[in-house]
Amino acid sequence: MNALTPGFADPVLDAQAAFRAVLEAMSRPGRVVVAGSALQAPAPLCRAAAAVLLALADADTPLWSDAGADAQAWLRFHCGAPIVAMPGDAAFVLASGAPPALAALQAGTEEQPQRGATLVLQVAALEPGRGWRLTGPGIEHEHRLAVTGAPDGFIAAWAASRTRFPRGVDVVLCAHDRLAALPRTVAIAEG
Amino acid sequence: MYVAVKGGGRAISAAHAWLDETRRGDPSLPELGVAQIEQQMGLAVDRVMAEGSCHDRFLAALAIKQSKGDLIEAAFLLRAYRTTLVRFGASDPIETAAMRLRRRISATYKDLPGGQVLGPTFDYTHRLLDFALAAEGAPREAAPEAGAPVGEVPRVTELLAREGLMQREVPDDAEPGDLTRQPLAFPAARPVRLQNLARGDEGFLLALGYSTQRGYGGNHPFVGEIRVGHVAVDFTPPELGFAIDIGDIAITECQMVNQFAGSRTEPAQFTRGYGLVFGHGERRAMGMALVDRALRAQELGEDVTAPAQDAEFVLYHSDNIEATGFVEHLKLPHYVDFQSELENLRTIRRSAMQDLAE
Amino acid sequence: MTAPETGYTFAYLDDATKRMIRRAILKAVAIPGHQIPFGAREMPLPYGWGTGGIQVTASILGPDDVLKVIDQGSDDTTNAISIRRFFTRVAGVATTERTADATIVQTRHRIPERALREDQVIVYQVPQPEPLSKLEPRRAETERLHALADYGLMHVRLYEDIARLGHIAKAYDYPVMVNGRYLMSPSPIPAFDNPKMDRMPALQLFGAGREKRIYAIPPYTSVRSLDFEDHPFRPIRAPHACELCGSTDSYLDEVLTDDAGGRMFVCSDTDYCGERQAGANKAAAE
Repeated sequence: MNALTPGFADPVLDAQAAFRAVLEAMSRPGRVVVAGSALQAPAPLCRAAAAVLLALADADTPLWSDAGADAQAWLRFHCGAPIVAMPGDAAFVLASGAPPALAALQAGTEEQPQRGATLVLQVAALEPGRGWRLTGPGIEHEHRLAVTGAPDGFIAAWAASRTRFPRGVDVVLCAHDRLAALPRTVAIAEG
Repeated sequence: MYVAVKGGGRAISAAHAWLDETRRGDPSLPELGVAQIEQQMGLAVDRVMAEGSCHDRFLAALAIKQSKGDLIEAAFLLRAYRTTLVRFGASDPIETAAMRLRRRISATYKDLPGGQVLGPTFDYTHRLLDFALAAEGAPREAAPEAGAPVGEVPRVTELLAREGLMQREVPDDAEPGDLTRQPLAFPAARPVRLQNLARGDEGFLLALGYSTQRGYGGNHPFVGEIRVGHVAVDFTPPELGFAIDIGDIAITECQMVNQFAGSRTEPAQFTRGYGLVFGHGERRAMGMALVDRALRAQELGEDVTAPAQDAEFVLYHSDNIEATGFVEHLKLPHYVDFQSELENLRTIRRSAMQDLAE
Repeated sequence: MTAPETGYTFAYLDDATKRMIRRAILKAVAIPGHQIPFGAREMPLPYGWGTGGIQVTASILGPDDVLKVIDQGSDDTTNAISIRRFFTRVAGVATTERTADATIVQTRHRIPERALREDQVIVYQVPQPEPLSKLEPRRAETERLHALADYGLMHVRLYEDIARLGHIAKAYDYPVMVNGRYLMSPSPIPAFDNPKMDRMPALQLFGAGREKRIYAIPPYTSVRSLDFEDHPFRPIRAPHACELCGSTDSYLDEVLTDDAGGRMFVCSDTDYCGERQAGANKAAAE
């Protein structure tokens, strides 16, 4: 195994900044924010996804990942999150390739919908102002978000997942050092 | 002309300075040392450790000094300190059968292996004020020394269990919940209930335990055994894989023996109410054991009718740090919501008056 | 920026606690109005005195934030001062009394009169997060009712008020429906403030320390005060003008000036009132 690259340079303040980026993204679905610009995460982990997990995952949050041994070793070392074999057992699901089906992830219960998983989904690029049309809580009128490299059939799967509300899965889309979030409330229409 | 009141910050600083002054009291008298509190107010220290959920006699004594003897305030200080401490891990379960006993009594047997050891107790003292204590510095006679207990001191409940008369507790390797990390959820498992009771308010446990004796959720308890003494605490660091003795703590354990009528699947037998608390705290341990047994009503198929059997009621109201905070928060300004009530009441009265006039 | 207290991490809470609270906040935002249980810590301030709000603020706060703390609308009430001092001490952040300058507003019992912006977050201190608690004290049961979105109990309670009194008798902590799904306690703000929550551009976070719950309203989210077609919700304020700034649309405190029935009404939001007075003075001087 290669020597591990460092995590956050300032674990307290960098984690705070990354969290605020995710909070902003989750509060205003589709808005693109920057996170983890200074990180050197092992491939295929992108900087934004690395920042999200460093800020939020730990020993209390089972993690499923398809990102390979280097990324997993890095995440295990810096977050201490237990790696699980089944995506359905994970609180955080990191997908760098084709993600597991939304329906296969934890969605919580009617009484405890907060147990629904957070899917950290790496895509090729995120661009605001065009593309998908997002509406829902957090959005004044409509947000546009162009997602390059979204999984096939994602919009249909998302629409199906939304019918389970308040159960559901929340998604953080990551590309390079940019991220945008799709809380389970958001409605997505093709651009 | 009205001017909005300012100067709250100065008022707070001045109030705290005054508090410091009153804490010290008459400066011509010697100042209380923390060690004096720890030695001579030992039962207060024990209570603060129990309700503060932190076994540290020095810190508990310091908290008592700082709180001017307000024990709930002291427990609060200790809790707020405890929450900032780094966790290295969880100790191994303590073995109370191996306790170095100062006191051990059973109400169910006249004599038993290990014997009855009265120990340092208020029991059988006559509650007459001892004016000799007011004369400080008078030499006290040393208490007579007893020989150490000979041989094994088995738990009374174990003796009953061997005969099949006492329901055995099923060992459970599942990781117990941690109240200090996860919020209560219901149904609450027994380990969580016991954690809650162990640091619950002594007065609350006492009153609820008492209510079960008076018929509110009647169980019929006997003190199988109370033991007070020291046990070793072991910690097994995962990287070592073997246990290390990290010191002794003082504890009180109470096992109440309760009747159980039996059910279709189980023959009649005794069931246990369990109390375990930091320090020497018999009243607390007994109250805890009574309430623990009462809270088992549902799992034992008994009717849940009394407050002490109602897990949500008991567990949500046992914590005196939570309770005192919320009761005392009524001191904070509420004039905005009060104003809303005022206007609402005025409106309702106005329309009622109109209706009457019509 | 003053130096933070040494011996504690930035903003007092340890990293693991902050992560736990941050995860709860994110789920709260994703499920608007739903109460998320969290492992509230013992804070060095008493339960019921803002420990929930403090834990939320401590978990979101960064060194660039500017914090405003109000209680009853005022920056100078003793508990607001105490909480502000706490954060100055443990986080060294800049504080302000001006609503316009704050990035985070922690509040007890009021929403500022000045409309909050997208770049601001408001954190409410919540004593009892469960809107149904006075009707059904059992937590296990109210969780079930929320799961079923069964809010009949509350409608009946409000309707009984109307039948008996001709009005809904709830003047503060007036229940709201968030995003058409969850019944939520807005915390004990006067019902007057409820309309400010609806489609507010700022993120709204709620922390209940003793009850160990966090919930949220994302920006631009529908927040509707419960009412009936024939008895629409009406925010109530004292029918007076502020004696200091003349405002006729702000929420007023009633101040007793003598023991012979003398009283006056002044703005509860001291920053709002002060700005209006300063503006009036400036206009007079020009």
